[in-house]
Amino acid sequence: MANSYIEVKNINKKFGSFSAVNDVSFTIEKGKLIGLLGPSGGGKTTILRILAGLEYADSGDIYFDGQRVNEVLPQDRGIGFVFQNYALFRHMTVFQNIAFGLEVKKWPKQKVKDRVFELIELTGLSGLENRLPHQLSGGQRQRVAFARALAPQPSLLLLDEPFAAIDAKVRKELRSWLAETIAKIGITSIFVTHDQDEAVEVANEILIINQGKLEQMGSPIEIYKNPHTPFVASFIGQSTIIENFHELKGFDHEIGSTRAVVRPEFMDLGKPGEINFASAAQKAVVKNVFFRGSNWEIEVQVGNHIFYAFRSLEKEQLRVGDEVLLLIHRMYAFNDNQTVIIENRLKEDPMPVII
Amino acid sequence: MAGIVTKKAGSGGDLRPPHISEPKIVKWILIAISIIFLCSIVLLPLIIVLFESLKNGIGLYLESIVEPDAMSALLLTITVAVITVPLNSFFGICAAWAITKFQFRGKNFLISLIDVPFAVSPVISGLIFILLLGTNSALGAWFESYNIQIIFALPGIVLATMFVTFPFIARELIPLMQAQGIQEEEAAASLGASGWKIFWRVTFPNIKWGLLYGMILCNARAIGEFGAVSVVSGHIRGETNTLPLHVEILYNEYQFTAAFAVSSLLVFIALLTIIVKSFIEWKTHQQQSQMQEVDHHG
Ligand SMILES: Nc1ncnc2c1ncn2[C@@H]1O[C@H](COP(=O)(O)OP(=O)(O)OP(=O)(O)O)[C@@H](O)[C@H]1O
Ligand SMILES: [Mg+2]
Repeated sequence: MANSYIEVKNINKKFGSFSAVNDVSFTIEKGKLIGLLGPSGGGKTTILRILAGLEYADSGDIYFDGQRVNEVLPQDRGIGFVFQNYALFRHMTVFQNIAFGLEVKKWPKQKVKDRVFELIELTGLSGLENRLPHQLSGGQRQRVAFARALAPQPSLLLLDEPFAAIDAKVRKELRSWLAETIAKIGITSIFVTHDQDEAVEVANEILIINQGKLEQMGSPIEIYKNPHTPFVASFIGQSTIIENFHELKGFDHEIGSTRAVVRPEFMDLGKPGEINFASAAQKAVVKNVFFRGSNWEIEVQVGNHIFYAFRSLEKEQLRVGDEVLLLIHRMYAFNDNQTVIIENRLKEDPMPVII
Repeated sequence: MAGIVTKKAGSGGDLRPPHISEPKIVKWILIAISIIFLCSIVLLPLIIVLFESLKNGIGLYLESIVEPDAMSALLLTITVAVITVPLNSFFGICAAWAITKFQFRGKNFLISLIDVPFAVSPVISGLIFILLLGTNSALGAWFESYNIQIIFALPGIVLATMFVTFPFIARELIPLMQAQGIQEEEAAASLGASGWKIFWRVTFPNIKWGLLYGMILCNARAIGEFGAVSVVSGHIRGETNTLPLHVEILYNEYQFTAAFAVSSLLVFIALLTIIVKSFIEWKTHQQQSQMQEVDHHG
């Protein structure tokens, strides 16, 4: 392929009889930041470790820049790996940690020093170079691990849940910092996460991994708007699965399927009068009201279906038992192997919804 | 002389608040019992050793120590320790490394095997070597045909000592290396370090205090070992007597002052061991709490 830098072809990995990676293929272009997203135990770490050479695939091929690297040792793959819990060398200072990969490669002393201080500067660790890992905060350790992996100028950076051990607020700062830094250096990077906000916010492209299989690969917006598999439809975004969606007004589509996924942003909820297209809306009863910080999440019942919708804090507050109207704009209907977007037929003037 | 591998006691640990503890009197009785017991069982004998050895003047004390048989016993003891400790360190590291960093069949068997010397009485350990390498055994006869003497000579004493002291180092390293896992080594590999570099720059610095601690215990036991060595040594004065065996011979010959003087040498070595051991315990404890902290924060 023209611009592809990493090419993975049909890799498989079994632990005993358990198939951890199942026929996964993908290509990655140079300089892209890729998110590997999926539920716990899906095989994300295993894929990353296979790319790093820390684990060998049972079958399949891996190419870096056109070269097959299946048998190349981790030492010679030119990768930087940031481990989930950083795996800093605990008896070495920050400086020594970052210098390690350079000393191993026998860089001259002065060059090592220059490079380490360049990275210390880049990662905002100035003044901490003589600390030991246990004298650092979680976020600082993360930066050291990042600097250490970058020091020998790898051509591929792999990060396994780089923010998992960091509290929510610092995590947000760190991830935008990381995305910026990676963009600045222009290094091809793959990071693992099971937090979809993280993947959507940071990655150029997302690979959704579930039960050892690659479900879908694409830009965040593509995956969000056009999920290829039922798993992706229900995994991405906040989703509720509806059985027998034909029972709902405007959704009498005949498409050989009875189940669908609905997201809060596909719906409008309000008192009669607050909703346009009242004729296309369902009558609903408020079952529960949850305060979500920046808005309300409202649980409503339509017949025997349960939906979750958002409501602005500016609007009149709803109470349990209130009768409301629920306008469902669209759903993802799916059967075992495909999803179809279906629109509400009773809306004469479909409003484009930007997501 | 050397005990089972211990955790650092004293500092740390959870103390109950006073209102849910037993009354004060109980505390004082327990402390008193412990002190009286340890004084009469441990401290008193040690003082008596020093006292008895110096009873007839410092001159006689020094004479008993520099006497040729005592000196040769001291030399032999040191020789045995100098051979045993490095060999056991090497094999201990190998075993701990194999057990903690690789998957293989029979791992549990290997772990149990390491504990055997702790479970078997030292006299039996000595007898095993007599059976295996004595003149009546095939192996012993084979060595004899090449004029190599194993039993009743230095090699036999070293073998018996190694057998008895093997577990100290391996047992100390296994939990340490298990706790450390393989991630730092994987990180080193991904940074381009090869096998030996990984060992010297990452694995070894993480275990060095634990290793030293094991070596101290191993050394103490190697110097003090009596049972197993007694069986394989043959008690040849000036040749195959170690310090503990020499003490016994002197004692059997009613040379009490000399026996106590030589014993005091062993006591000094023991005291030195305890001091070094406490220092290393403090060091490893420090390292472990660092490690826990690092693991805790992620
Ligand atoms: N060394 C191993 N031996 C046996 N099974 C393993 C091994 N490593 C991983 N597995 C199994 O392979 C599956 C995938 O593991 P992996 O660590 O790749 O998941 P993951 O997607 O990274 O999950 P998480 O988000 O929880 O980190 C899991 O079911 C795990 O139990
Ligand atoms: Mg993982």
